[in-house]
Formats: sequence, structure tokens, C-alpha cells
Amino acid sequence: MEIVKRPHVENFIAWAKDKPEVVVLTADLTNSSEVGKWRDTYPDRFFGMSMAEQNMMGFASGLAREGYVPYIHTFAVFIYRRPYDQLAMSIAYPNLPVKFIAFLPGITTPGGVTHQAIEDVSIMRATPNMTVVETGDATEVESVLDVAHAVDGPVYVRMLRGEVPRLFPKDEPMQLDKARVLSDGDDLVVITAGITTEEAMRAAKPLADAGVGMRHLHVSTHKPFDDPEILDSIERSRFGAITLENHTIIGGLGSAVAEKMAEAGSGKRLLRLGLRDTYAHGASKAYLMKEYGLDAAALVAGVEGLTRMTTGITDDDLAAARVEATHSLAKAEGL
Amino acid sequence: MTQTETNGDWTRETQAVADRIRVRVLDHVIRHNGGYMSQALSSAEIFAMLYTRTLNLGPSTAPMIPNPFAGVPGPNNPGFFNGGEYNGPKTPRYDRFIFSPAHYALVLYTALIEVGRLTEEGLAQFDKDGSTVEMIGAEHSPGVETTTGSLAQALSQAGGIALARKRKGDTGDVWVMMSDGEFQEGQIWEAIAELAKFDLDNLKVIVDVNGQQCDGCMDAEAYVDPLTGRIRAFGASAVEVDGHDLDALDAAMSAETGKPHFVMALTNPVQGLPIFEERAPLLHYLRFTSDEERERYQAVYEEMVN
Repeated sequence: MEIVKRPHVENFIAWAKDKPEVVVLTADLTNSSEVGKWRDTYPDRFFGMSMAEQNMMGFASGLAREGYVPYIHTFAVFIYRRPYDQLAMSIAYPNLPVKFIAFLPGITTPGGVTHQAIEDVSIMRATPNMTVVETGDATEVESVLDVAHAVDGPVYVRMLRGEVPRLFPKDEPMQLDKARVLSDGDDLVVITAGITTEEAMRAAKPLADAGVGMRHLHVSTHKPFDDPEILDSIERSRFGAITLENHTIIGGLGSAVAEKMAEAGSGKRLLRLGLRDTYAHGASKAYLMKEYGLDAAALVAGVEGLTRMTTGITDDDLAAARVEATHSLAKAEGL
Repeated sequence: MTQTETNGDWTRETQAVADRIRVRVLDHVIRHNGGYMSQALSSAEIFAMLYTRTLNLGPSTAPMIPNPFAGVPGPNNPGFFNGGEYNGPKTPRYDRFIFSPAHYALVLYTALIEVGRLTEEGLAQFDKDGSTVEMIGAEHSPGVETTTGSLAQALSQAGGIALARKRKGDTGDVWVMMSDGEFQEGQIWEAIAELAKFDLDNLKVIVDVNGQQCDGCMDAEAYVDPLTGRIRAFGASAVEVDGHDLDALDAAMSAETGKPHFVMALTNPVQGLPIFEERAPLLHYLRFTSDEERERYQAVYEEMVN
């Protein structure tokens, strides 16, 4: 598996070159949001707004009303928690084209509870006019800008930084409200987003070897959430679905799937894996994913529970499993 | 930007507008048994100054009688109407008016009527279901360009507009009308610091310092005398004037200080309606407690009209 170092840094600079309407605002987290070099490249389009997020939302609103497209870069928690009223009233209500590049989704930071955005998808999904997307690998980090820019209105982007795996080929960019089918099987559907996709990919081969048929869908768009692939896959499965999310299980991916299933009158079961109505704490990503049941082992346990099969898969099996960039099954030549 | 004087007696017309704002709001409050009365009494001269003297606006591009509510802004509502159209077209040379304390909506609507941007029939829609002439209002309401009913959000939005206009080389100013209570919110202080940092001298603010808020009197010591000094300490310019003295307001509002500029208009929440003083300190909203009280206000109204 290729690991890409800071894919956003150079990609955002190249992408913004011929887009003079794009400006960047940050609240004292320039390098932490990977826009230090962007600032040095386009100093007249970069605005350091100090540690003052409420005011930053208003300035972004005003700039957007005058024809600019502000890309706010900061940590997710400082977008949807601290200045939520400003985000809702100054930006979301008027449907202004402000793009929120939200770093440190879920437990991807050892910064602890104050820095971990664990209910952001829930809150942003509930915010009218807001589009909500999440990057799961380097290819999505590189292609999410086109997705966000094309939306007529505000977009919240769960963004990855630092060393990011490339799970999807570079020539398969993120598409709004289009799930990627990463593996196929008849027994159950596993639906993941963000960093949990790599975990499910890690579990794919051991599960197949154990005779479990898993259809794995990677979701990049939390809202809108109308891709028929989700429900169609669940309805065709023998046992139902498991969602695995780097987020509380209330209001995020699991809830979105549950809403679709309930509205369609699905008789299938759904198991939601993720943070179980709890805050987390400061520790490494791997440690927290194990502690809170967000990793491949938690998924295997969930699969065994849902299917009532015994797989015999061990932690060593999962650790040994290789994860390679995977073409979407929808793309024939990728197989 | 100050409009060209056609004669030296502009104050007569501006004062007449201010007086008519008070009378019309009082009439409205009497007929509807309730309304934001003190806001009109304290800010009548402020709105009269803005719309007859200070703001450089083009003619309204909106209907004299507002159209019904056409839905909230969104990707699926191309027919959304913005109330800023009552303040004329957005061009590089015109000023922009950003209205912050949305509870003053009745005063704003009345001011629009007195300067011919809205008809009396428009005010008849006030607080009626399906109308844009809402009690508190949002950016579909006449004269309202940005949604600011959650107080203290307008200054930051205006800062973004001023920053953008500066980058584009616009010559028009961005004017914000605020109330003093809003300075209790932390966002205002974030905003002033950033306005000063970005040298936004095209951003002007007129503040109705009436010392009133929902729960009653603000603490005058905490929120009037130190307020002007605090604003200066944050890097903006600020000047205190008698908010009912048109010449003083004009001098303060036409000053170019090279900084974001705050005009602190010290006002009286019962100006022109002394009978209202008996309700002090609760002046935020007037609703009559008896027919007898209402009749006394009616008598005052008839005196004012005649």
C-alpha cells in the first residue's frame, strides 16, 4: 500500500492556481491545516483570522457574498462546535459557497476530547443547505476539492492530513453521493467511510478465506445520501448490514443507513459500529481504534455476531493482511 | 459618503423623517397592542441620518409593496429574494447597509416608508403569516441584506464584505447599524480586533447607545463610558455624540479616520414619548396593561400628529 505524505499540500496549491476566487481563512492553524506553503504561494489570497472562529465565520460569509469562495482550514471541532451559531446563521442559512476543510475527524488525533470531532457528521448532516463529505484516502484528499467546489452552497469536508494511504487509484476520483464497491459477497454488506475503510479492506481477505461473503461499500458522501447502491446491496444480502464509522453511532453513517432502511421498509438487520455514545481521550489512533471498536478486529466480531458464523480470524491474521489500492468493482478494467 | 447638499437646511427634512418614524411606530404599537417602541424612540435620528444623509444608496430595486415570502435561501430556490434590494443596487461606488439588531426591524421598515422605499401598505403586512415583513426578520425582509437576528453576527459579516470590497477596489463604504447590548457578545471583540488588523477604514458603524436590553437597563458604568475606550483600545476609532443631535451625528458619521470607525450615538430610550418613562427600567417591548393606559398613549399620539 502506498503511503502519501501530505497529499493536500501540493495538490491544493496546483488546484487553486487558476481559481482566483478561492481564498483561504484559518484560525491560527496554518501549518497544522497544511496551508503554510499555500499561504507562501498565494499571500494575497490568504487570511490569518487569529484564534477567533466566530468572527472567521462572519468574514467568510461576507467574502462569499462578494463573489469569493472561502476555504476555511482548521480543526473540525473548531468549525462545528465553537462557532456553530455563526456557521448556521451567517453561512448555511444564506447557502453561501464557503467550504470547510475540517481536519482531525474522529479519533485521528492524540489531542484528546477537545480536538476529536466525534459528532460532527451528525451535526452537519442536520444543518440545512450543508453538503457533508469525508475523505478516506489520498485519492479522495486530492479529488474532494473538485467535488466541494462544484456544490452551490456550503460544504463540510472531513479531511485527512499527514501520511495518508492511497486505497483508490488516482484515476478514480471521489464522486458526490456515489459509493465505491470495494469487494463483493452475498452474506452481508459492510459500509465504511473515512479511515474505517482501510480497516474493512484489511478484514476482506481473512473473511473471504473464512467463507464469509462481504460486499464492502465505501461512502464518501454523508449528505446527500441517496445512492441507491446502499439499499440495493442491503436488500440483496442474506444477513443485512454493518456500518463502521470514526464517529458516534448516533447521527452519522449508521444513522443515515438506518433512516434509508426504515423508510424503505427493509426487513434486514443493521449493526452500527463506532463510538457508542461516548467521548474518547488522548492516545494513538491505533490504540483508540482498538479501544473503541473501530478497527478490523471489531468488524470481524461484528460480522460473526450478525451472521452467527465463526471465522477463527485472529489479530495476527488481520495484521498480516495486505491492503492494496483497490479499483472500484464498478470499473471493469480495474478487476 | 455624504450626499451633496442641495441647501444648508437638510436638518429640517432629516428631523421630519425622525419625527415621523416615532409617530408611525407609536401608531403601530397602539393599533397592535405591542411593539418595539423604545428602539424607535432612541434610534429615529440614527435611521433618519442613514437614509437621508449618510448612506450613498441607489434607488430601490424592490417592489414598494413587498412580495410574499418566497422561501428560504437554498440550492433549490432560485427565486429567493434578498431584502437588501430595498437599499438599491450593489455597485462599486454605492455604500452598503448592514442591519445588525434585527429586533429594530419595525424601525427599519418605518424608515424605508418615510424615505419612499416602501409603502404604508407594506407595513400592514408586519408580523402577518406568509409575509416577509417579519417581526424580527431575516435577509428576505425589506432593507435587510444579511441574517443577523442572532445578535452580534453582523459586524463580522460586514467585515468580510468590507475586506472583499477593498480587494476589488470599490469606493463605497460598508455601514453597520448596531445596538449597544450587542457589545456584550464576545464575537464583537473578535471582530473589532480583526477589522483593525485588516485596516478596514471602509467599515463604519453607528451604535444606538440607549442603555437598554431585554432584561432592562444595561449597567451604564460597564457598558457606556468604558465601551468607547475599549473600542479604541482594540484598534478602531470611536467617538461619542448626542444621538438626537443631527449636526453632531453628521460630523461624527462623515469623519474619515483611516480606521474602522464607530459612532457611539448616546440616546434616550423614551425620546419624544416621555410618558413611556413610567415603564422604566423595562423598556424593551411595549404592551399595554389596560384600556386606560392605551387611551393615554392614544392621546399622546394625537398630540404628536397634530
